[in-house]
Amino acid sequence: MTDKTQIVTTGRALANALTPVTPRNIAHRGGEPNPSAAAIGEHFLGYVVRSEVIWGETTVYVTRASVFEVMQWLHDDPTQQYDFLSDITAVESRDFEQPIEVVWHLRSLPFRRFLRVKVQLEKNAPLEVSSVWSIWKSADWMERECYDMFGIRFKGHPDLRRILMWEQYKEGFPLRKDFPLRGRFSRAEQLRQALAQNPEAKYSMEELSIADAFEDLPSEMRQRLRKGERTGE
Amino acid sequence: MGSGNRTIEVELSTTGMDSQGRPQRIPLVTNDGGSPLDIAAPLSAEPELSGDHMLINIGPQHPATHGVLRLVLELDGETVVRCIPHVGYLHCGFEKIGEYRQYNQIIPWTDREDYLNSIGNNVAFALGAERLFGIDITPRCTVLRVIAAELSRMASHLVWLGTFCIDIGAFTPFLWAFQERENIYNLLESWVGARLTTSATRVGGMAADIPSGWMDGLRQFIRNFPQTLDEIDRMLTRNAIWVGRITGIGVMTAEEAINWGLSGPMLRASGVDYDVRKDFPYLDYETYDFDVPVGTNGDVYDRFLVRMEELRQSVKILTQAAERLPDGPVNIDDPRIILPPKSKATSEMESMIHHFKQVMEGPRPPIGEAYVAVESPKGEKGYYMVSDGTSKPARWRIRPPSFINLAAIPKMVEGHLLSDVIAINASIDIVMGEIDR
Repeated sequence: MTDKTQIVTTGRALANALTPVTPRNIAHRGGEPNPSAAAIGEHFLGYVVRSEVIWGETTVYVTRASVFEVMQWLHDDPTQQYDFLSDITAVESRDFEQPIEVVWHLRSLPFRRFLRVKVQLEKNAPLEVSSVWSIWKSADWMERECYDMFGIRFKGHPDLRRILMWEQYKEGFPLRKDFPLRGRFSRAEQLRQALAQNPEAKYSMEELSIADAFEDLPSEMRQRLRKGERTGE
Repeated sequence: MGSGNRTIEVELSTTGMDSQGRPQRIPLVTNDGGSPLDIAAPLSAEPELSGDHMLINIGPQHPATHGVLRLVLELDGETVVRCIPHVGYLHCGFEKIGEYRQYNQIIPWTDREDYLNSIGNNVAFALGAERLFGIDITPRCTVLRVIAAELSRMASHLVWLGTFCIDIGAFTPFLWAFQERENIYNLLESWVGARLTTSATRVGGMAADIPSGWMDGLRQFIRNFPQTLDEIDRMLTRNAIWVGRITGIGVMTAEEAINWGLSGPMLRASGVDYDVRKDFPYLDYETYDFDVPVGTNGDVYDRFLVRMEELRQSVKILTQAAERLPDGPVNIDDPRIILPPKSKATSEMESMIHHFKQVMEGPRPPIGEAYVAVESPKGEKGYYMVSDGTSKPARWRIRPPSFINLAAIPKMVEGHLLSDVIAINASIDIVMGEIDR
């Protein structure tokens, strides 16, 4: 057997990428912006609302309609190559008048760049934005979590359902600011709902249908499921 | 013998083949007077099973799911056709609670998400909060945090190594790995007073400096640890059973691994040398001499090799950190952020005011946001904090590497055998506390 791991010291990054050093004395605002921010503005006229640099990190605000196009370009364009999607999340301000922001954190491994892209969703309109699942597969669970916690619908996601909370969860979206810390329902109501659940309903309808396991269930349970009772986590 | 005592004897003989080439059933011979033909089932009664898929549920309470993970598998015979993971059983809303806590009060919550890497999370959170406050920490604190983060990485990898061995069926390395982990926890205990839930850092410094003589304990650990690792290495790395069991399963190519957002050893086993310590350094990691191990095949065996090598590299970093640890203060000198010593708070008016203001109101960062990522043992762990100028974050987000690595498990297990699911799941190195948060 030969040694299969190779030890590398140099990064996969391109020769013209930044030499990485630990950042020090970072200015609150007005640091060196990521060149990609200006590049988006040049390539897509009217898509960038504004961009700013906070604590050395560049944030680009884009319009809601342009999200997918901008992301696809950032991923594919050889001068950008944002191949790694670090995170998708949302931010709601304590000020109820402020719009909800959806935040994408992107990394370009070849150029060693970091970019934050934001979209502001007004609260009086449906909270919807394009899914980037077809660009980065890692968006799958991140978008599901964002939907689960904030109720933001990602259009084009293949399987947008709750992930951390269970499917029958009725109290709303926990990370919204109008959601109380202890939940929307009283403890008594939460207990009542927990006890009212059918402990045998372990599988979702989709899971039961894939393996013909549905036919093996007791007839009484099959009838309940046919009537539309929701199951599964 | 009474007729009630029915005994059944099975006649052992070489089985023949029937006309369809299947092994012939051995007829059961009973001595209670009945004819053997009454019991022996006709061969044609055996159901035709090929093409019939089966639904199987693993977890949430299962020793091989490393916590409360639930996998619903669709099986064709023993082959996995489809895997549907369910998470969320440990969800306790850390991010929501964080919006009601001051920055230093969040640090105990970071212990409890990835609880195998608690002091590493403390360091990561403090780095994020310091970015938000605009603080540069002292040189001594930087080196102490490197020591903390690397010890924590080793402890986490050792738990992974031990439990991975148990999942595959090797028990001895588990004991050796946990013995070394015990030494690390003893070191942490004598430093911060806690073993698992350390809460060791504060915004702008550490809760405590190391006690006198602590570095001797660290040096002794650094001296002894490689021997244990070599022993485990000799036992596993070239063991034919081990290699045969975990080679070529759960393969992710480099492009797939990047696209699925894998990070840490999972990504590096696929041949991508992305390490936050090298590519986006923090805590002066660029000044340490260490290597990033990278695999070639992206299978479970490569993930094992990468983590084993990372343990060695951590020893290398610890050795350098122990040499360069400078004297000087641990905490920054800013009474708005760092609590004054208790003796001063009870004797000097100024310090008492600072103490009161900090405890009652908490330090306030300027309006802004920061995403700070570190290389945790599981991968890129990021803390994203948004401040609206108050002493509590408007949003605190954890970028959980285990969560995003686990999202790729359906892709990795499909087409493999049921027994490989356990090996692949173990190779991801998940911590459910971090996944569910």
